[in-house]
Amino acid sequence: MWRILNHMVQYRQARLDDSFGALSDATRRGVLERLGRSDASITDLAEKFQMTLTGMKKHVGVLEEAGLVTTEKVGRVRTCKLGPRRLEEETAWLDRYRQLWDSRFEALDEVVEELKRKERIDGRKKRG
Amino acid sequence: MDARREVEPDPMRNRTTVERTSEREVVVTRTINGPARIVFEAFTRPELFKRWWVPKSFGLSLLSCELDVRVGGTYRLVFSHSGSEPMAFFGRYIDVTPHSRLVWTNEEAGDGGAVTTVTFEEQGGKTLLAMHDLYPSKGALDAGIGSTDGMSETLDQLDELVVTLGADYGRS
Repeated sequence: MWRILNHMVQYRQARLDDSFGALSDATRRGVLERLGRSDASITDLAEKFQMTLTGMKKHVGVLEEAGLVTTEKVGRVRTCKLGPRRLEEETAWLDRYRQLWDSRFEALDEVVEELKRKERIDGRKKRG
Repeated sequence: MDARREVEPDPMRNRTTVERTSEREVVVTRTINGPARIVFEAFTRPELFKRWWVPKSFGLSLLSCELDVRVGGTYRLVFSHSGSEPMAFFGRYIDVTPHSRLVWTNEEAGDGGAVTTVTFEEQGGKTLLAMHDLYPSKGALDAGIGSTDGMSETLDQLDELVVTLGADYGRS
């Protein structure tokens, strides 16, 4: 199942248009330039470019999809940095791999929370 | 930023680590806030598994998900990605130890496929998950990591373009 990542990398290659599309917007180019100096949170970027958080999330999403930016959520803060395309190939691969797993685990957390809730309710029913 | 992270920790979210532990192995670890029996269930019941294995943010959808979770049983997942040809991932389970260990093969890659070992270690109501991908050879792992042949040059060009655009933006 690990191969999915490689397939996706290949699809990304075939869809380089995305990358160029991502660069067609002045705000997004500005975000890249800003991240070239240091990492920043979505909130920082929204303030700097005088946009709503939702608007900035969309721009960052486009850059992320194009592989130009990566984001990492620690606590409630999502930090953005320049994407793996600037890193060594192996580091880039591991970084993408970590992102894939990070996304998976976020969804797994939700499933586990739901099952825990269900167990508690079932437990109460049995006791009742 | 750092101060805020300390003030507002998100207890629901734990850190994912990925490490190349040897020439042939990559290990992913993450703590899940639930007991091992529940996490194990999320790995082995198809209706639960398909809710988390395919990250929405990657633009993938799961067309089918068959998991016959017992020693010798097979699994088969079929994905589609942005209208391209569906991709199938398949293999078989070679160890199934409820609530503590799952081992499966990855056969879509032929001989170069990794063997995935998942361990579930419960500590105080939480589960430390470790996913080991062990490749048959260093070459097979390198091939996986280095499968971006032909991509480097294109990306170098893109990098140059980004730098140029960044410089333009800085001036404007």
